[in-house]
Amino acid sequence: MDDDPRLFDYVLRLADNGVVLAQRLGEWVGKGPALEEDIALTNVGLDLLGQGRMWLAYAREIEARYAPPGRGEDALAFLRDGGEFRNLLLVEQPNGSYADTMARQFLFDQWHLMLLGALAGSKDERIAAIAAKAGKEVRYHVERSADWTIRLGDGTELSHRRMQDAVDALWMYTGEMFAVDAIERGLVAAGVAADAASLQGPWRSAVAAVFDEATLAMPGDGWMQGATGRGGKQGIHTEHLGHMLAEMQIVARSHPGARW
Amino acid sequence: MSAGAIVPRARTAGPVAAPTGSGAGFAASIWKALAGVVDPEIPSISIVELGIVRSVERSGDDWLVSITPTYSGCPATRVIESDIRDALAQIGGRDIRVVTQLAPPWTTDWIAPEARRKLRETGIAPPKPSGPGRAAPIRVVRTSGPDDGPVACPRCGSLRTVLVARFGSTACKAQYRCTDCLEPFDYFKPY
Repeated sequence: MDDDPRLFDYVLRLADNGVVLAQRLGEWVGKGPALEEDIALTNVGLDLLGQGRMWLAYAREIEARYAPPGRGEDALAFLRDGGEFRNLLLVEQPNGSYADTMARQFLFDQWHLMLLGALAGSKDERIAAIAAKAGKEVRYHVERSADWTIRLGDGTELSHRRMQDAVDALWMYTGEMFAVDAIERGLVAAGVAADAASLQGPWRSAVAAVFDEATLAMPGDGWMQGATGRGGKQGIHTEHLGHMLAEMQIVARSHPGARW
Repeated sequence: MSAGAIVPRARTAGPVAAPTGSGAGFAASIWKALAGVVDPEIPSISIVELGIVRSVERSGDDWLVSITPTYSGCPATRVIESDIRDALAQIGGRDIRVVTQLAPPWTTDWIAPEARRKLRETGIAPPKPSGPGRAAPIRVVRTSGPDDGPVACPRCGSLRTVLVARFGSTACKAQYRCTDCLEPFDYFKPY
């Protein structure tokens, strides 16, 4: 199918958001502010990794159709360099403080839930099936991250300041979530991809409602990193991704062909 | 027997009627073998009771077993798949293929009543219906807990319980505490 390379790229975007954010959340293992939080962060990461694997398994099959034999699931996760990753810039941002981690999570979760909701109606049966399943898990994620956004935002003076700073710092990475490039445009027209631009209004309303409850100010719309077609979805990343991948991929790269 | 294929959608709707003749007997032996495979994290419950096995059906000369994953990242999934292969390998004679079916997605509503009783006996509060309420808009309230109403303590039955953490010993459970008997317990979350 002529659309296969575009479809591969699109599915990779979905996969890499899950894989990269799962790795970031995994960095909290043993360092969470409380045992329950440690467990919760890694369980959310586990969901995202499981979803990432379902997308990667599909990406692998698509690639094998137009460029046989294609790469394996592990090769796609562990042997691609930063420039080949297609995740959003938002999810590769460092963990920072707990407020930074939770702000990143909430901004992403809210978008993720809406995206999956739209993808559940995709004409591509496999995409629709994975999205419907993942959506059930992400719903729980956003309940949790919205809850934390409120608790920290409307918490102490210090937690409020940290949450506001986190939101202000991450805001410039949110524009990319709604930017539709040529790859997506073709797939949206075919009824396969979700029209991300149409999610922006509902996302803003949902985020504003939580910010309002959290006594957080909505940041002004300034420059949006990656929103003009040169961002994570096109393989142009912030400096943080490479460092993260070094840790994520070192075992696979140091022991080529190792099985576990 | 082979495994690993992923199909997005059910090939047939609902449980499959057993074919006639010796086929029915063979299907029954497959179901029986599958009923012996348990969830490694909740060993009192079989994968049939959990709703993981979606169908057993004839496909030409072969037999097709469709299973569906629970949580996307559940570490038990691979163990379960391998246990299924082991269990089916005990049944000789015909080729049995195992396929993973993604839609409709698994739901805790498929957990059998008998299994709910066993969960309670194991100290795990069974999930409430995942129902249409779960499709409602996300609540924006400061809180605490999933909007499922009170969760009954599996030990003393009290409804005076509080959420401790949204995730418990596994991704599929949340941690609660009973304010009457004071025991902490796991709640199997609706999915």
